[in-house]
Amino acid sequence: MHNATLKILSGDLAAKKVSSVEVVEYFINRINKLGKNYNCFITLDEEKSLAQARAADASRAAGRAQPLTGVPIAQKDIFCAKGWLTTCGSKMLSNFISPYDAYVIERLNAAGAVNLGKTNMDEFAMGSSNETSYYGPVKNPWDVTTVPGGSSGGSAAAVAARLAPAATGTDTGGSIRQPAALTGISGLKPTYGVVSRYGMIAFASSLDQGGPMARTAEDLGLMLNVMAGFDERDSTSLKRDPEDYTRELTTPAGLSAQPLAGLRIGLPKEFSAEGVAPDVAKAVEEAIAQYRKLGCEVVEIALPNMALSVPVYYVLAPAEASSNLARFDGVRYGYRTPEYTDLLDMYKKTRAEGFGAEVKRRILIGTYVLSHGYYDAYYIRAQKLRRLIAGDFTEAFKKCDVIMGPTTPTTAFKLGEKAGDPVQMYLSDIHTIAVNLAGLPGMSIPCGFDGKGLPVGLQIIGNYFSEAQMLNVAHQYQLATDWHQRAPKDID
Amino acid sequence: MALTLDDVKRVAHLARLAVDDAEAQVALGQLSGIFRLIEQMQAIDVAGIEPMSHAQDIVLRLRDDAVTEQDQHALYQSVAPRVEADLYLVPKVIE
Repeated sequence: MHNATLKILSGDLAAKKVSSVEVVEYFINRINKLGKNYNCFITLDEEKSLAQARAADASRAAGRAQPLTGVPIAQKDIFCAKGWLTTCGSKMLSNFISPYDAYVIERLNAAGAVNLGKTNMDEFAMGSSNETSYYGPVKNPWDVTTVPGGSSGGSAAAVAARLAPAATGTDTGGSIRQPAALTGISGLKPTYGVVSRYGMIAFASSLDQGGPMARTAEDLGLMLNVMAGFDERDSTSLKRDPEDYTRELTTPAGLSAQPLAGLRIGLPKEFSAEGVAPDVAKAVEEAIAQYRKLGCEVVEIALPNMALSVPVYYVLAPAEASSNLARFDGVRYGYRTPEYTDLLDMYKKTRAEGFGAEVKRRILIGTYVLSHGYYDAYYIRAQKLRRLIAGDFTEAFKKCDVIMGPTTPTTAFKLGEKAGDPVQMYLSDIHTIAVNLAGLPGMSIPCGFDGKGLPVGLQIIGNYFSEAQMLNVAHQYQLATDWHQRAPKDID
Repeated sequence: MALTLDDVKRVAHLARLAVDDAEAQVALGQLSGIFRLIEQMQAIDVAGIEPMSHAQDIVLRLRDDAVTEQDQHALYQSVAPRVEADLYLVPKVIE
C-alpha cells in the first residue's frame, strides 16, 4: 500500500477495497516502525488522525466523498492546525498548540483528507538542509548520511520513504523544489497568491507560497485542487475562478505519439554555468532529450540577471523575516525565558534563547538592511534588482512555454558539510530563488541519479498561472519514464 | 563596507536579541561573509528602475466596515505564557 499514489488510494477508497481507517493505520504503523530512521516527523497524534479517518469513512458511507476523502497527508509543521502542536521547527513555538487552522489545513480537512502528522522542517523555514530544526536534522532516505534538503525536508523525506503518500510544503526560495529534488519526489510551488498564506507561519511574506509534495504530477494536481483558492484573510490571495489543475492531464494515444508536440522548452544558459555537477547536468540533458521525443522544441534563452538572485534574496527575505519574527516576544504565545529583570531583558533573552543560530543570523541581516542609512543601499536596491530578475522571465516567456534546468546544482550533500558556512548553504538555492522573486510557479520532478545513486531533480518553470499546463508537462514525462517510481533501496 | 563588532551589537539590540561578546564576534565573521555576497548587488546600475515590492501587481482590498471576528480571547490566551484577569502579564514598564 505504501507505494500507492494518492490517485490509487483515492480509487481504492472509492471502490471500498479499503477503508480510510485501514489506510491511516497502515501508514501510522509504518511511521512507528521506520520514522525514527529519518526524523521526519515532529508530532504524531494517532487518535486525532484516526478520528479524521473514521469521519472520512462515515462521510463516504453517507455519499459525500471527494477525491481526497480519507487519504492521509502529512503537514509541514509551518501550517497551524487546531489542537496540534505547531512548532515551525523552533524552540520558540515548542509549546504552541495552535488555536486555529491555517487555510490549507481548513481546505484539506473540508475535503476529508486525514492529517497524518506534522513534519520536521528548518527552523521558521530558514535553511536548505533541514539542519536548522530545533528537533534535529532530517535524514535523506536515499542515504541517511546526506541531507534531504530544506526547508520542507521532513515532508520530502516522509514521501520519499513511503511514510506518507503526499505532504504539504512551503517554498520561499526553493523549500519545496530543492528537497523534492534531493529526495527523488515531485513538488510544486504555485504562482504567488494562488494558495492562501493564512495560518502559514510567515517567513518572507512577499515570497512565501504553500504547495503540494507527492510522488507524481497527477497527485500534485489533486492536492492543488484543494489547497488553492481565494481567501479574504490573506491580503495577497488572488481572486480567480476555481481551476481544475488536473484538466490538462492527457493520456497519449500510443508510444509513438507526441503528446507535447509544439511545446517550446526554454533552456537558460545560466543554468549550465559553473557549479553544476556533471552527473546532474547529464541527467537533465537526458530529460530534455526525452522531451524532444515527446514532441517538444528546445530554444535557448537568457536569464542574464540570474546570478543576482541570491544576493537580492538574502536582502529581501531577511528584511521581511526580521519584521515578521518581531512578533515572537514571549508575551502572547510561545516561549518566554524563565528569568528576566525588566521588559527589555525579557524580550532579549526570550528571543536569544528561543531562536536558533540561522534564524538569529537572518534577523540580524534583515534588521541591518532596514536600518537608517542602509535602507536605500540595500533594501531598495534589492527591490529594483528584483524587477530586473522578474523582467528576464517576462522576456524569456516570449520565446518559450516552459523553462527547464536542474533544480539544484548538486545532489544531496552530506549532513554537516555546509552547516558551518552560511554562504555555501545559500548558494545551493541558486536555481530556485529567482522563481520566488518573480512570483512564478515552479516544480521539480525526478529525472535520474548521480553516480552515488542519489536522485536528480528537473526543474520546470512556467508562466504565471500555468500550473495545469506544467503538471501535464511533468505528467507526460512520468508516463514515459519511471524515475518517479524508484524508491530508496531500504524501502521495499 | 566592512561591518564592525559595534554594528553587530547595535543591530542585535534593535532586533531585541541578547548577544555576548563571543557570540557577537562569531556573528561578525558570518555576517561579513554574507555581506560580501550581498555586495555583488552594487555592481549593477539600477538608475530608473522602479522597486518591485511584490510579485503580483495588486492593490489592497477594502472590505465593509463590519465586525467579522468573534471574541475568542480565552482560546487565544490559553497559549500565552502569563495571563491574569484576561490580560497578558509583562514586567512592570511604568513606575
